[in-house]
Amino acid sequence: MGAPIVSFSQVSKRYSGGYEALKNVSFSVEPGELLFITGHSGAGKSTLLKLIAAIERATAGVVLVAGQNVSAMRGAAIPFLRRNLGLVFQDQKLLYDRSAFDNVMLPLIVTGHPWRDAARRARAALDKVGLLERERSNPITLSGGEQQRLCIARAVVNRPNILIADEPTASLDAEYADAIVEMFRSFNQVGVTVLIATHDDRAIRKLQPRVLTLHRGSLA
Amino acid sequence: MIGWLRHHWFSFAQTARRLAANPVASLLNALAIGVALTLPLGGYVLLVNLQHFAGSAATEAKISVFLAQDAVRAEVAEVEARLRATPGVRSVGFVGRDAALAGLKRTPGIAEVVATLPENPLPDAFVVTLAARDPELARRLEQQFGKLPKVAHAQADSAWVERINSLIGFGRTAVLLTAALLAFALVTVTFNTIRLQILTQRTEIEVGKLVGATDSYIRRPFFYLGALQGALGGLAAWGIVELGIVLLNRDLAVLSGLYAVDMRLQLLDSVDGLAILTFAAALGWLGAYASVSRHLYQIEPS
Repeated sequence: MGAPIVSFSQVSKRYSGGYEALKNVSFSVEPGELLFITGHSGAGKSTLLKLIAAIERATAGVVLVAGQNVSAMRGAAIPFLRRNLGLVFQDQKLLYDRSAFDNVMLPLIVTGHPWRDAARRARAALDKVGLLERERSNPITLSGGEQQRLCIARAVVNRPNILIADEPTASLDAEYADAIVEMFRSFNQVGVTVLIATHDDRAIRKLQPRVLTLHRGSLA
Repeated sequence: MIGWLRHHWFSFAQTARRLAANPVASLLNALAIGVALTLPLGGYVLLVNLQHFAGSAATEAKISVFLAQDAVRAEVAEVEARLRATPGVRSVGFVGRDAALAGLKRTPGIAEVVATLPENPLPDAFVVTLAARDPELARRLEQQFGKLPKVAHAQADSAWVERINSLIGFGRTAVLLTAALLAFALVTVTFNTIRLQILTQRTEIEVGKLVGATDSYIRRPFFYLGALQGALGGLAAWGIVELGIVLLNRDLAVLSGLYAVDMRLQLLDSVDGLAILTFAAALGWLGAYASVSRHLYQIEPS
């Protein structure tokens, strides 16, 4: 085994107001691993993922991502950390003032990709999630499952090392949920490290991944 | 480097599209800034014209020395010799009374009056041109010449030029003050516009940060928006002032005809125009910078 791509050592997160979302959490993830994080709602799953992307900062302990100490990272370095992460959110954070294609283009434009190459990659990502024929549509006209797939296309378009998804199948029918889970498995099979927070037992039974269970902010 | 240029071009194009997407709001903003800038710019135009007018009217300081009506030829020659001998005098020209009357007869509007006179009321006179434009010297020589024998009166022609010059000095201060105040207003207007724009694009900013946009990438379009809005305001001010000059010149053309003097105002040249555009764009950029520094850090993904 090489160096872990993500590692938490004795990480705690206390929000202002005193609520302690994570207590003394330690674990590590190997490159190319598929990891599910489960637990009741409010157990700290989302907080854990946010610490990896530096959306939240740990109040104690060390979070390492690809060898970098995220908990002590300068603000100016955070964008470059996030360029190696693909993020899929519960509230998809799609932009409704532009087409599906332009939503997927965003991460590539931000990193200054040549337009022609970016467009080719954006179409490939849309094709991978089965939305190529909807590229001109506004995301608001897409169904819930399609919006989630669009979100995944945006997360993978810059070919991240780590794909992080927070409840990607919540509020989806079983059939749509299976398709989404299958997509994550296929990304994992080509070597992407995938971390998914979910309480979707069907997905866990189907993929048989390694599972971390959180209970009131601590690993069970 | 190419990626960086691409960013800039992309931000600029995006900003221009955004302005074009709300043409009415953009136009009103540009007009508000334009009207604010019109005041100092218009004042500047009037000053430049006044200065030009004063400059062309009297580039040299002159003193007119009028002789007494009863001065005989020898006395006139004596006065001329003394004038020529005075230090600080460059040249002395004689205007005989007949020549002066003939000159008046050629002046429109006055010829008719002159024709009714029974005899020539004008005295012989010397026009003394001084070597330097020195108000102090002009005043001293004016007094000195006035006391010469057979001199009825000496008059420094430059007195009114000095008055105009001090008036221009006053006007320049007034223009600078208005310009400073309205520049501040422009910065404030931009500050607020950018604040609203940041709030409008809140989600876009959040998502941008989540997919790895740097702060400078996120700030850039707002700087462009501020600068572009300022420049459009400058353009509006330029247009308003030029239009004002054209309208004023129509009336001044009539006056010019009456007084046989060209009083028409000069239009702003392209150097002045570009200067005002640059200045307004810089102020817009400044307002955007202040607003972005103040408001952007408040938006973080959660």
